[in-house]
Amino acid sequence: MNEKTINRRIFNNKLYKIFVSSFSFLSIIPLFLIIYFVLIRGIKYINLKFIFSMPKPMGELGGGIFNAIVGSFIIVGVAALIAIPIGIMVGIFLSEYKEKKFTEIVKIFVDTLQGIPSIVIGIIAYLWIVKPLKQFSALSGSIALSFIMLPLVIKSTEEVLNLVPVDIKEAAYALGAPYHRIVLKILLPSGSVGILTGTLIGISRILGETAPLLFTAFGNQFLNLNLLKPMSTIPYLIYVYATSPYKDWHNQAFAASTILIIIVLSINLLGRFIEKKWKT
Amino acid sequence: MENIILKIINLNAYYGNQKVLKNVDLEIYENRVTTILGPSGCGKTTLIRCINRLHELSPGARIEGQILLKGEDLYQIEPMIVRQKIGMVFQKPNPFPTMTIYDNVIAGYILSGIKLSKEEKDKIVEESLIKSGLWDEVKENLFKKGTFLSGGQQQRLCIARALAMKPEILLLDEPTSALDPVATSVIEELIIELKKSVTTVLVTHNIGQAGRVSDYTAFFYLGELVEFGKTTEMFTVPKSKKTEEYLIGKIG
Ligand SMILES: Nc1ncnc2c1ncn2[C@@H]1O[C@H](COP(=O)(O)OP(=O)(O)OP(=O)(O)O)[C@@H](O)[C@H]1O
Ligand SMILES: [Mg+2]
Repeated sequence: MNEKTINRRIFNNKLYKIFVSSFSFLSIIPLFLIIYFVLIRGIKYINLKFIFSMPKPMGELGGGIFNAIVGSFIIVGVAALIAIPIGIMVGIFLSEYKEKKFTEIVKIFVDTLQGIPSIVIGIIAYLWIVKPLKQFSALSGSIALSFIMLPLVIKSTEEVLNLVPVDIKEAAYALGAPYHRIVLKILLPSGSVGILTGTLIGISRILGETAPLLFTAFGNQFLNLNLLKPMSTIPYLIYVYATSPYKDWHNQAFAASTILIIIVLSINLLGRFIEKKWKT
Repeated sequence: MENIILKIINLNAYYGNQKVLKNVDLEIYENRVTTILGPSGCGKTTLIRCINRLHELSPGARIEGQILLKGEDLYQIEPMIVRQKIGMVFQKPNPFPTMTIYDNVIAGYILSGIKLSKEEKDKIVEESLIKSGLWDEVKENLFKKGTFLSGGQQQRLCIARALAMKPEILLLDEPTSALDPVATSVIEELIIELKKSVTTVLVTHNIGQAGRVSDYTAFFYLGELVEFGKTTEMFTVPKSKKTEEYLIGKIG
């Protein structure tokens, strides 16, 4: 190789780097703009009273979103309680039984599930749960959200378990360990960080989902802790307030959006932090 | 008079269509050290993985033939029981990365769900680590992760982990290939010491080591057992031309 070709390669390399980094910079601009606009419009309405008081009746000024915050945590919490154990079990199955035909079928289902629009999942939850029970309910919302979270938990579990070296598994087998104890004591602890971050990403994803809640959890002006009754959530409240004709509710919608963004961002950062801290 | 603990009868082992062990007949004597010797790729690891039924875990792997443990067909016994009776140390150190040194030593008990009292655990951990020559180096750090140890220390931790289960047979797959000479001689002394309580099958590339520690040697070439006999006899007057060539360093 002569000097000329080497120089040309170095130049191409540099050009490529500039190209790639400027595009990645461009891609984060919209994100910053969104966060910036929501924050400057919303942050001034956020105070303890807004967080801890109940909504005022339609048309009246003031009031808070306490019921929606509590509702979001309950609905997402129940969804996570459903999706995490099932997702981990399916993830274990996929990573452990790679050669089976059935594994391929399950994988296709998981990918498809991930691709189904969330509103369709909402409609199905409506048809299967809300209609037979003749009642909007928090539980039906949780179930709909758990279907959105499920593929994320399955995939992150499968991925981290695939990273567990074969010789570690063989060492466990060679000690005469039964399979379920190997999963419990070796595989899951080795993958715990990855599964945890995958779960957190799943939670932050469903925290913002509105569509599947429209005809499942619906909404509620009051604080409700009963899973079989309608329950308010932050995204649902944003949707209702933002589409209302009242100026005050518009402002509250921005304030609620700000709170939602802060919660989602914190969960994501927590996930990052956990990953950095324990991944080695 | 030698007691046969393990009898391998007409064993063939396959990975898919590839036959890596061919009609192997071999007897392992109780409380003796038997060396499996042979060039790289001749099937030494495969042979000992057949003995603790680890071979069948590899995708596409299968065997034909019989292995008798004290007269009982090994492949009729529950694999978990077989593996508790026949311990193994791998070619590459593989301590459990999520466990402390302490838990690594008693990992066999933890993984099998066998409950032990604190005193029993402490005793097993100390005894096993002393035997594997690691105790003095780690006694202050028993509750640190095993992966912080050096490669040689990790291997001795794996030996301690196997010994902790008090196996009847110990399979060692080139246990000292990652160790320095001092650690190697500790392990060699251990192997000799262990003869009182356990039968050892040792895979090694190191002819000197085979000479120092083993009573019997089996020489393998391309998946076939070429020669078996007392180590001292084989190393002084090998019966087969192939064995001789290997011993003087012409092949392997
Ligand atoms: N998991 C596997 N899948 C397919 N083939 C394998 C596998 N493990 C080993 N083999 C093949 O089986 C043959 C014997 O391998 P084995 O590991 O038993 O040799 P070895 O004598 O232990 O060699 P070394 O001294 O290098 O450790 C080799 O040809 C190898 O390519
Ligand atoms: Mg080998």
